[in-house]
Amino acid sequence: MTTENKDDYILQLEGISKYFGTVISLQDVTLRLRRGEVHCLLGDNGAGKSTLIKTLAGVHRPNKGRYLVEGKEVSFASPREALDQGIATVYQDLALVPLMSVARNFFAGREPMKKLFGVIPVMDMHHAARVAEEKLGEMGIHVRSPHQPVGTMSGGERQCLAIARAIHFGAKVLILDEPTAALGVKQSCNVLKLIHKARERGISVIFITHNVHHAYPIGDSFTLLNRGQSMGTFAKENISKEEVLDMMAGGTEIQSLFNELEGRAAA
Amino acid sequence: MSAITPPMTGSIGKTPAAQADERIRRISPWRALLNRPEFGSIAGTLLIFILFGFFAGDSGMFNLDGVMNWSTVAAYLGIIAVGACVLMIAGEFDLSIGSMIGFAGMMMAVPAMFLGWPMWASMLFAFAGCMALGWLNGYLVVRTRLPSFIVTLAFMFILRGLTLVLSTHFSNSTIVSGVGDKLSADPVVHTLFQGTTLHGLFGWLATIGLIEKLPNGEPVVGGLPKVLLWWLGVAAVAGFILSRTRFGNWIFMVGGDSNAAQNVGVPVRRVKISLFVFTAFCACLFGVLQVADVGSAAADRGLQKEFEAIIAAVIGGALLTGGYGSVLGACFGALIFGVVQIGISYTNFDSDWYRVFLGGMLLLAVLFNHYIRSRATTGK
Repeated sequence: MTTENKDDYILQLEGISKYFGTVISLQDVTLRLRRGEVHCLLGDNGAGKSTLIKTLAGVHRPNKGRYLVEGKEVSFASPREALDQGIATVYQDLALVPLMSVARNFFAGREPMKKLFGVIPVMDMHHAARVAEEKLGEMGIHVRSPHQPVGTMSGGERQCLAIARAIHFGAKVLILDEPTAALGVKQSCNVLKLIHKARERGISVIFITHNVHHAYPIGDSFTLLNRGQSMGTFAKENISKEEVLDMMAGGTEIQSLFNELEGRAAA
Repeated sequence: MSAITPPMTGSIGKTPAAQADERIRRISPWRALLNRPEFGSIAGTLLIFILFGFFAGDSGMFNLDGVMNWSTVAAYLGIIAVGACVLMIAGEFDLSIGSMIGFAGMMMAVPAMFLGWPMWASMLFAFAGCMALGWLNGYLVVRTRLPSFIVTLAFMFILRGLTLVLSTHFSNSTIVSGVGDKLSADPVVHTLFQGTTLHGLFGWLATIGLIEKLPNGEPVVGGLPKVLLWWLGVAAVAGFILSRTRFGNWIFMVGGDSNAAQNVGVPVRRVKISLFVFTAFCACLFGVLQVADVGSAAADRGLQKEFEAIIAAVIGGALLTGGYGSVLGACFGALIFGVVQIGISYTNFDSDWYRVFLGGMLLLAVLFNHYIRSRATTGK
């Protein structure tokens, strides 16, 4: 597709296949993420998006194909290893615990420590609260108190919290699994703004969605998945919103539905 | 309740000096207290004290010997309630606690009485055995992903049955007696588990008149039962770990959402298994202390204690689905148990009402905690 140097890609999947028993979940999929771009992964339900991100996140190991991070082939045994390489995934369930406070959630699994009386290692709650509030503030989210339970926050705020957390912990690559799926218009807008902020900081983003209206304005390039296969990757300048919509599964079906409905209205 | 109070100037005070935000609502100290998991059990304890103060205030229940009486009962239950509570916060149950108590006693008594082991060795054997069984419980639960309810229910029967088998095999009866004498002769086990301590302090308190004296000049209460110290110790350590350490944060995460915990890199299995081991340790501690106190091991020891431990944890604000609760709350839950169980005999009520009362208390606590929690989590 491009003639650029390989090293420009921070993350590459080359000819990845993944099978679950007799089910072919991914077939020969290639996905290349450039440094500092927002790469939208589009596809309808069942297209293999979830399997693809879980492969990227180190949850699944592909049956075939190569996975390269900054040009070096990797094989992650666990999500932890992917995380250590700076590949952070924000799943739809956000990995937040509603009953726990914002601060505790922000530092979940990476608790800031201090020594009590110089010997006993304890969580530095003061630091956690301060940093959580500060980092969320930088992202334009103001929480009432870092000690409030996450359960009291709105869906959009939670999404932003999860993203801000990933960025704070040194994510080089941010994989966002349908971050706008359950959100209202304004909240989706906030999340898109946050993605833009992440890109400005030089973070590469893979944005998974089936909503072209969210993907197109923010994306730099688009990969379309259909029934486990890639339909190709397109740079924004080479493709229009309508073409993307058409290419997605159901694009033509939706068009014929529109025609039918219009015909009915005219009759 | 605090709707019309004047501006809350002195509220929580923990809010860092961030810029003022018009969306930050001040929370009164009263509301902050109300939102704590242990609030229900503290309120319940106060209520119980008021009730018994009213019905049994002049009966000697609140004299020092009366206090020792019910606080000892509370301490025994408190030890296993702490274990059950922490495990519940991590989202699991252990129904084998009660049977484990009986089995621990047997594991301590049988080698010492019939195999010629020194007491300290059989005590260590009991702890090691129980913790290994706790590990097995935990391993089976995380490995099979079966509900811990069913796995530990199986162990509840297996261990109860084994206790009976061991007892009848070695002593031809359901009780192994005579352990007490051998136990007092072992300095290590005796010092750790048997009887009371702080005799000097109690004697001194008696000489300055703070403790009543018996006709022979001895204080009415000679010392602090060691089980109380164990309770305080276990509760303090568990409470500290839960609220202040990284492992404590992991416990809350694992119970709140084990999938989320996994995704942020928390070793979910290890956390759960270690808490099963801790619960087994608590049950064993109960069993060993009881053997030291009673002087025998019996096959029916600890019957239904698993439910009492879980009830105490629930009264203490622990959520049955995990992710929420407090050690302090569980301790107050156990205290309520002790006060009611012993206190009822100081009143004019028939002590047959004890269970009715506890069931009612549990129901009340669950309803109350449910109400408080839904308020806390929706921020209303």
